Amino acid sequence: MSYTLGQEQLDGIDEILKNDLVEIGAHTVFLIDMSGNIIASLDDGENKHDIYSLAALAAGNFGAVSAMAKIVGEGEFSLLFHKGKKENIHFSKVLTEFLLITLFGNDLSLGFLRLKVAESVEKIKKILEPIHTP
Amino acid sequence: MAFVNLKKKEVQVKIVYYGPGRGGKTTNLEFIYGKFRDRIQSEMVTVKTHGDRTLFFDFLPIDIGKINGYTAKIQLYTVPGQVKYNATRRLVLRGSDGIVFVADSMAVRREKNILSLKNLHENLKNYKKSIFTIPLVFQYNKMDLAEQGIPLLSFATMEKDLNSQLKKPAFEASAVVGTNVVATLKKIIMMTMTSIKDELK
Repeated sequence: MSYTLGQEQLDGIDEILKNDLVEIGAHTVFLIDMSGNIIASLDDGENKHDIYSLAALAAGNFGAVSAMAKIVGEGEFSLLFHKGKKENIHFSKVLTEFLLITLFGNDLSLGFLRLKVAESVEKIKKILEPIHTP
Repeated sequence: MAFVNLKKKEVQVKIVYYGPGRGGKTTNLEFIYGKFRDRIQSEMVTVKTHGDRTLFFDFLPIDIGKINGYTAKIQLYTVPGQVKYNATRRLVLRGSDGIVFVADSMAVRREKNILSLKNLHENLKNYKKSIFTIPLVFQYNKMDLAEQGIPLLSFATMEKDLNSQLKKPAFEASAVVGTNVVATLKKIIMMTMTSIKDELK
């Protein structure tokens, strides 16, 4: 079983990541699926990370947190945030199968980022909905 | 679940090493990591306990060059083998495109192999996948232990125990020494890529 995204869809996603998130100061943004595959990734040119490893761990992390949510009687925790000294990570679920992950520094406020992530998620949903995998 | 990126002409597939605890899944990945260091751009990621047992998974991405004009990126994972970690094992299995079942050839582990295979069957069903149709390769590991006089199960016995209905390819191997580790990997990559080839036009 597999799924495919074409040039137009991927360009659309790149555009959203760039305009809504990298432009406002996010260091690295990537969209992955729950298997840990990377669909799109962008960075600000200064902050490079090993995104393949990050994607694998992020998918596992999100899965683990979802399992915890079920145990405590929540459907899921749809938003996750890890705070560091210099670098922070924000996770947001997109539909059922995808995750938008944003790495950002302390110069960007969490509130503003959350707002922009929410906007991006809505836009990305429109692109991914037609290929929505089972 | 493989992802085909038409823009980059790239395909990402997920292959999971499954099997009973202490069977050699992590050792397989460590051997591959050492052998193909030049094709692996990142570090091998392991999430393990203080006792050096796999807690969540090991992860190793490798580039295997082009297939049908697509750059193939293979993501190798291992699951934690210990029975108590079924919740995390199931998470790692999510979206897998191919499976290597690493069985332990030691005679004392016979029952554990069978239980682990049964567990794989159950966990795949949870994702609406069938153990009969998913690309799967068996690896009967630890063949090198025969030299030390440790009682091992014969190839025929293991085939009968695990592979009599599935009839999948099987390799006798030693992950520590490296015997047939690469052969196993090549086989599962080939089977997995074949299973998604219709998407690569």
